[in-house]
Amino acid sequence: MLKLSGNFEHFNELDFSRKMFKVTSNYHLPKVLHQDCIFLNKGNDLHPNFDFQLTFNKKNLKQSNKNIIFLETDFKYLSDDDVLVLDSKTKRTRVLYRTNSPNNYILLTERCNHYCLMCSQPPKNIDDSFLINEAMELIDYLPRNLSNFGLTGGEPTLYGDQLITLVNKFKVFLPDTQLDILTNGRAFLNQNYSLALAKIKHRKLRIAVPVYSSNPITHDYVVQSEGAFDETIKGILELKKLNINVEIRVVLHSVTIPDLVSLAKYIVRNLRFVDHVALMGLEITGFTRANFDLLWIDPWDYKDILSEAVSILNDYNVPTSVYNNQLCLINEDTKSNYQKSISDWKNEYIDECKKCTKILECGGFFSSAVQHGYSNHIKAFKNEANQI
Amino acid sequence: MAKFLNKEEFYKDNQKYSLLPFKFSDFDKDTKILSNMIGEFQLLPNSTFEDFVNNNLTNDNSLYSDLRDKHFFTDTNTSVALDLLPIKIRTKYQMLSNFTALHIFVVSLRCEHSCPYCQVSRQSQDKNTFDMDEDKAEKALNLVFQSPSENIKIEFQGGEPLLNFEIVKFIVLKAIEIKPNEKNLSFVIATNLALINNEILEFCSKYNILISTSLDGPKDIHNKNRPRKGNNSYEKTIEGINLSRAYLGFDSVSALMTTTYDSLPRVEEIIDEYIKNKFSGIFLRPLSPHGFAIKTKSYSKYRFNEWLDFYKKGLDYIINLNKNGIEFFEHFSQVILKKMLTSDSDGYVDLMNPSGLGIAVAVYNYDGKIYASDEGRMLAETGDDYFCLGSVEDEYSDIFTSEKLLNVLDTTFTKSAPLCADCVYEEYCGADPVFHYATQKDIVGHKPTSEFCNRNIEVFKYLIKLMNESKYVENLFRSWVR
Repeated sequence: MLKLSGNFEHFNELDFSRKMFKVTSNYHLPKVLHQDCIFLNKGNDLHPNFDFQLTFNKKNLKQSNKNIIFLETDFKYLSDDDVLVLDSKTKRTRVLYRTNSPNNYILLTERCNHYCLMCSQPPKNIDDSFLINEAMELIDYLPRNLSNFGLTGGEPTLYGDQLITLVNKFKVFLPDTQLDILTNGRAFLNQNYSLALAKIKHRKLRIAVPVYSSNPITHDYVVQSEGAFDETIKGILELKKLNINVEIRVVLHSVTIPDLVSLAKYIVRNLRFVDHVALMGLEITGFTRANFDLLWIDPWDYKDILSEAVSILNDYNVPTSVYNNQLCLINEDTKSNYQKSISDWKNEYIDECKKCTKILECGGFFSSAVQHGYSNHIKAFKNEANQI
Repeated sequence: MAKFLNKEEFYKDNQKYSLLPFKFSDFDKDTKILSNMIGEFQLLPNSTFEDFVNNNLTNDNSLYSDLRDKHFFTDTNTSVALDLLPIKIRTKYQMLSNFTALHIFVVSLRCEHSCPYCQVSRQSQDKNTFDMDEDKAEKALNLVFQSPSENIKIEFQGGEPLLNFEIVKFIVLKAIEIKPNEKNLSFVIATNLALINNEILEFCSKYNILISTSLDGPKDIHNKNRPRKGNNSYEKTIEGINLSRAYLGFDSVSALMTTTYDSLPRVEEIIDEYIKNKFSGIFLRPLSPHGFAIKTKSYSKYRFNEWLDFYKKGLDYIINLNKNGIEFFEHFSQVILKKMLTSDSDGYVDLMNPSGLGIAVAVYNYDGKIYASDEGRMLAETGDDYFCLGSVEDEYSDIFTSEKLLNVLDTTFTKSAPLCADCVYEEYCGADPVFHYATQKDIVGHKPTSEFCNRNIEVFKYLIKLMNESKYVENLFRSWVR
């Protein structure tokens, strides 16, 4: 698992209290561009000119007129165009964007009006509004040809109009970047709010909304909020009325699995106009660890239910993907919907996988699963040519 | 970390629900069928039905969830059905706002076949009397493009349209020339393929014209149904199908089957003929009661019960084929299943409501008269011009918004027609004014004695029964609505 935040050390006083940087290892970067960049020293010697420099060599922490930042080797993955924030008071860095990651997300807030049983990012009632300002600033540092970017939480819509302003800035600066927003969708039942979002006319915006069951009681129970189901469905309807791209996300666990086939039928009969349905295996982190016994079901035990749900969605041409499960735990008929999806910084494989011939097609495991629990039915695919 | 609430805490104290409008009927002696205004249906055991309507069904019952998901009620936990129902109804009737998309040009009544059941064709060499001329064709085209529909499909019919291919070419070229930019235009020729040749297919290929032909089954049935000089209709058709596919692409050629008395005991062989020729499905059509078919008494021999057995046997056979790995579908069932399992509307004119007369289809006859449907012009050939809307000399608005047409559509609308309005299967059916006029001399018709009504209800029930009895069939049928 990659480390995305950690402590740093320095020797001299720093020229800033908090500052965002783009990482560069371009030795000949024109001086005019140095201001927002931090130079990544890969060898032992420092760059003669850069004001801000990163080093993994502690010997470089000595008297200098430059801002020299020492990071542990955990951060050796850093590469050109990555973006990080340094805070001189807390002496902590956070990596906000990694160019080598196919799916970059940032957390906009830890506040949430849901309290989902399996939340991977347990909500906190704190003022973390600096995060949305940081996101606004980050846009200036992102590469113009970025293919996709995600905003997550907590519940991003708690920012109200500030979120609209943020999306607008994405549209202005990164119009071709696919922008995914993870939200419970309830705020969009307010027509004015949906309309404000639609008016931005971001061509590559997608609102990803979780629907856990067609049974309002099950859905409300999973998100621990009474009345959530109706508001979420109405939010989706408002968004689709305005032709905004909507994805439905379903996390698969032992509370949602019994209703999954009914949910698939509900989607094809009532929400057939959604743009994508993502059926996602459980990540064993956050609240899921506290509720492990309540939520855990071996994906092997629900693979037939998953097949049926996927086939219903396929029959109605609702674009559907299966995320996060391992390839050896899904049926043959589900494979065309399978996506290798686990974010690279939290993705791993186990010993059995080393023998597997399909490891390159498989998303593997969340690091958290390797640590806390995974299916008893993981089995390497053999080379088919060797079979008779 | 705050405490999580148990699921029980999300059940409201007051579990009462409010019924939304629905219709119901006996399905069999132990079961009721319920359906609502968007065609969602549910079978309930009689006792559960009693519980349900008396507000005694509890939300731990799985049927409670099914009924809720299908909008049979709202309860204290959800009322989102009230937002979803109007959207689904709008979707279902969306095609009405498109208006007439299918425009049939009868380019010649002449035919080199002499099929006994055929309603219209003439054995004549007289081109002047039975062929459409350029003047009428051009006037018809001017009307076609006044239709608000974004998609315009021109179908060439006969007789045998290839006997007057010159006018087909004229219409295609003219249509392309005068077509407004925003409209999508497509063409199809309904032909027996006996006269198809490379030259015609070159033209079809150049202008993306599709072929719709007739294939009635194995050689002996087909040739008996479709006599022509040389008794080689079957051979000509198969040859023509293969040649057309080679020119136009495999999927550009479709085939329709006409059911006759000889077909009835042989549905499996007919289906086999379609599989042999690599068609992906078949349309087990009821024989229309119109025109010569009534006159020749072939219709009276062919009661709806016999057709129903034919259809059921055929459908069972097709289900078995699929079980054995042969993907194959039945088109009539597909049209109905779409109505049962989606909010989409199919363009199949015989099962539309309001009727598709004039507003989904218009027929421009060789003689310049305009009819509200293909069956309407067939009826005219037997001397009854009831469904004539005017002629190509008339103004568009006089033809398509005439009192006469609107009155037919309005009077036969099934949501208000006697018995239809109360029928639990009404959402899957359609108004068929031409059928009822032809058989009962009344556009609304007397439904208890209507073969259209009785036949359709049996088909609806059979489809629901099959889905209810077998998960395999439920999944198969769902894959047909794709």
